[in-house]
Amino acid sequence: MSQGYHGAFGGAFIPEILHETFRRLTVAYETARADPAFWASYLQLMENYSGRPTPLTLADNLSREFGGRRVYIKREDLNQTGAHKANNVMGQGLLVKRMGKRRVIAETGAGQHGVATATMAARMGLECVIYMGAEDVERQRPNVFWMEQLGARVVPVTSGSRTLKDAINEALRDWVGSMDDTHYLLGTACGAHPFPEMVAWFQSIIGEEARRQILTQAGTLPTHVYACVGGGSNALGIFQAFLNDPDVALVGVEAGGEGLASGRHAARLAGDGVVGVAHGYKTFFLQNADGQMRDTHSVAAGLDYVGVSPILAHLHAQGRVRFAAATDSEVVSALKHLMRAEGIIPALESSHAVAQALKELPELPADAVVIINLSGRGDKDIFTVADALDDPGWRHFIRSKAENYARRDEHNQIFQGKESGQ
Amino acid sequence: MTLSANPNQAAAPLPGPGEASALEKRVRNALTQRHHAGSAPILLMAHLVLGYPSLDENRRVIDAMVANGVDLIELQIPFSEPIADGPVIAMANQAALDRGFRVAEGLGFLGEVVRQHPIPFLLMTYFNILHAHGVEAFIRETKVLGGDGLIVPDLPLEEAGPARTLCQDVGVDWIQLMTPTTPEARLAAIGAAARGFCYCVARKGVTGRQTEFDNTIDGFLDRCRSVTGVPLALGFGVKSAKDVQNLVGKADIAVVGTAAMEVHRTGGVFAVGRFFADLRT
Repeated sequence: MSQGYHGAFGGAFIPEILHETFRRLTVAYETARADPAFWASYLQLMENYSGRPTPLTLADNLSREFGGRRVYIKREDLNQTGAHKANNVMGQGLLVKRMGKRRVIAETGAGQHGVATATMAARMGLECVIYMGAEDVERQRPNVFWMEQLGARVVPVTSGSRTLKDAINEALRDWVGSMDDTHYLLGTACGAHPFPEMVAWFQSIIGEEARRQILTQAGTLPTHVYACVGGGSNALGIFQAFLNDPDVALVGVEAGGEGLASGRHAARLAGDGVVGVAHGYKTFFLQNADGQMRDTHSVAAGLDYVGVSPILAHLHAQGRVRFAAATDSEVVSALKHLMRAEGIIPALESSHAVAQALKELPELPADAVVIINLSGRGDKDIFTVADALDDPGWRHFIRSKAENYARRDEHNQIFQGKESGQ
Repeated sequence: MTLSANPNQAAAPLPGPGEASALEKRVRNALTQRHHAGSAPILLMAHLVLGYPSLDENRRVIDAMVANGVDLIELQIPFSEPIADGPVIAMANQAALDRGFRVAEGLGFLGEVVRQHPIPFLLMTYFNILHAHGVEAFIRETKVLGGDGLIVPDLPLEEAGPARTLCQDVGVDWIQLMTPTTPEARLAAIGAAARGFCYCVARKGVTGRQTEFDNTIDGFLDRCRSVTGVPLALGFGVKSAKDVQNLVGKADIAVVGTAAMEVHRTGGVFAVGRFFADLRT
């Protein structure tokens, strides 16, 4: 009996040793899903701990700028730890407790999922190990700092391209040997069944709220919903509530990187992804003719993933979700635009959705009602954004900070030398 | 959203155990020859990653392996996402790809070594390599080139239907994996569908880590033996003559992968030959 297919996509292409672990996880997930008390406890936790429901903010200034087309922003950036990731980790955390496991492992690209997992583990008293590509450890040092402060062990992965896909492989290798007491807390709606379905379920809280909120605030359903797509969890989170509303256009925005023609991007559905099987599931992957996964690129580490949710791949094949790609430069412009217009600092990932909305808004009907799912906040990206903006004040700050550290290290060495009589 | 059925499930039911496959006959003949020659009735299967460090070096290593008593060789076609492999083999996969390894070269290499050496050769790789090449074309080429079997660790029973049927049709054995975590009913289903031999995974975890050869393994092999008539290979962590000796009478094939790769890395081709010769003492 094989489960977890969405059209031609999904499945469970896993080593035999993990089969029983996946079977037990599927049973735990399906039992929880059928138990209204579980969802009630999840809602309560999200309200009391993560600040849900998150607001749906009318972007007044943007709405005026675009001729009265109404622009709403779903504020997942206001979750505990600053991103929609909290929804998934807290949900899976409750499942981990139900399954009686004591340790969680996770992989992370941008670091947001790692911080969210470490936060959940701290709150729920679980041991936590986070695998992160060595490249991403360098790019996302502030998040590594927080994970470690929260009590997690961060393991830099130096194999392959040293990014998210390699961290996934390493986490799977850990799990193959540790499944008795460990849960692999996958961060997005990808991987082998039941992960895509389970993550999409926990993230559906975004869309359920947004649907209620837009009906209350705008008195109508949205005409367009925009969300960025790395693995696809925030996009699925908001899209699910509108799948049965054919008049609502759903737009997933992938990382266009340096442009689709450059080959340096992560656009699987809007770009040149090909159907294949890796990381436990069948979907569109960026790969070469031999089936080897290609290196991906995005200014946003969290979108820098080689595959995409099988559920989104199916919605793409059905034509229910339209996919577009925003380039790095469009994304940085969009980030500045939203900051200046609305005083909201979006994550670089979320800025992809903003960029596409800004691109399309002038062409939309005058009565358009747009929701942009703001998956996370941007303060984590301060180093990348300051680089992209080439901000002289920031460069000066980093230089003087480095000089301070160097002076302090030098002082300590001299002091230690005196102490030891050298 | 509703979950639909697996589109692969329409595959025809697989034939029962029936007559032994060509690979199974070769394994049994080799066991008999070992027995008549007075050596321990267990075969050695080696594993190597094609293109690591180069195909030329692969050739030299295979010569040394065959000359020193290796009975079967598993050739791994590198994949960028080798999720079931440990760090040593994963690194070799990536290194081969970094040097430009192509799947067509690997298939060509299989044809070459099959012509040069009288032992069975199997291809081991991940499903996407077959998928990208065309599953049917890959299996047919494996047969034409003289490969005896295929090992695809990320294609479990539920997903493997069409590929296994194709293998059956063209006469390449789809090697099933059995693990200590596989429940009885599932073990029985795997055993019933097994052809050639079964690859028994000694323990949880990826390749290349320590395995304790104790009663747990004996019990596991007994469970495997009770559900299938094909020979049993035991892999993951076999690295010394003592390990091999421990398996005599319990398994038919000892699989040696990471340990030999480490020997090669530190001691070169000659050391690999000596390593395998020593495994039989």
